[in-house]
Amino acid sequence: MIQAVAILLICQLIGETLARGLALSIPGPVLGMALLLAGCLLSSRLADAVMPTAQGLLSHLSLLFVPAGVGVISHLDVLGGSGPALLAVLVASTALALVVGVLVFVAVARLTGDGGAQTPGESRP
Amino acid sequence: MTPLPLPEIWSYLSREPLLWLTATLVAYLVGDALSRRTKRHPVVNPVLIAMMLLGGLLWMTGTPYATYFEGAQFVHFMLGPATVALALPLYANRAQIRPALLPMLAALLAGSVTAIVSALWIARLLGIEGPVWLSLAPKSTTAPVAIGISEQLGGLPTLTAALVILTGIIGAVIVTPLMRLMRIRDWRARGFAVGVAAHGIGTARAFQVNDTAGAFAGIGMGLNAMLTAVLAPYVVSLLL
Repeated sequence: MIQAVAILLICQLIGETLARGLALSIPGPVLGMALLLAGCLLSSRLADAVMPTAQGLLSHLSLLFVPAGVGVISHLDVLGGSGPALLAVLVASTALALVVGVLVFVAVARLTGDGGAQTPGESRP
Repeated sequence: MTPLPLPEIWSYLSREPLLWLTATLVAYLVGDALSRRTKRHPVVNPVLIAMMLLGGLLWMTGTPYATYFEGAQFVHFMLGPATVALALPLYANRAQIRPALLPMLAALLAGSVTAIVSALWIARLLGIEGPVWLSLAPKSTTAPVAIGISEQLGGLPTLTAALVILTGIIGAVIVTPLMRLMRIRDWRARGFAVGVAAHGIGTARAFQVNDTAGAFAGIGMGLNAMLTAVLAPYVVSLLL
């Protein structure tokens, strides 16, 4: 597990260094993810070594957003007088983005004759 | 028997990271337990429950957010390594990803443009203007990128951070009912769309529901971080 954490941190470190060094608009951890993916494709041993820790971390991904979420709750005043209007914008715009994104995905998958759309049915209600 | 030196204990606990780190984990466990008990009902979102519990606790004890964050920062820090770890579900699902490249690119472009343009249009209709309006543009992107974009556009970075988190929670709550209503069964499409529209919090929800959806949500989030950085300034200049 320590080895896996070290691998994750090394990838993030390289990602952050590249992002800052080359003044890229991509965040360091996203570059780190691309780097680790390339590493896994080159060596399945690397993938096997990191897999259990990565799965453990990602199964509790929600936890990692709690500190930032508490920040929003304690700073609701930053929304100012336009709080309700901003919430309405977020709900409508997020719903639209979801609907458009999913419909375009399904439509293009059908056009390109991709049969993979038949993934297993809903596992939970 | 001497009474417990409660003020001293509190002054120790309120200074050290121990208390608020523990509180963060416990609040999340409560949220997660409730979410499991309701069979992952979309409205019973563990992040939402934990942040309300902790927000209430901070308010009751008069604890400033900065003090809370000294403990919670250890959890917050793990967001970076967790983002890197998204490579593993990508790797595990690589056989499914290659044939889905075209649908992904199309959905990325459509979802990303819709997220930016609809937010700015609806906000203008509701009379939101100036720096607050600009702060909305990157709301569907992961927080560190969104904050950078907001600064560049002349928005308010703190407001953008709050809007990003709220967008994530809204996306995580509405995605399941919305997809069921539309009868979308393709887990790749469902996951990818929520990653584009609602970044990491949407991705966390996708992982709760289905591993394939989680993997595709992670890709959607990563790609949209890059695309929004390019698109947002352009869209804003068109709509100004």
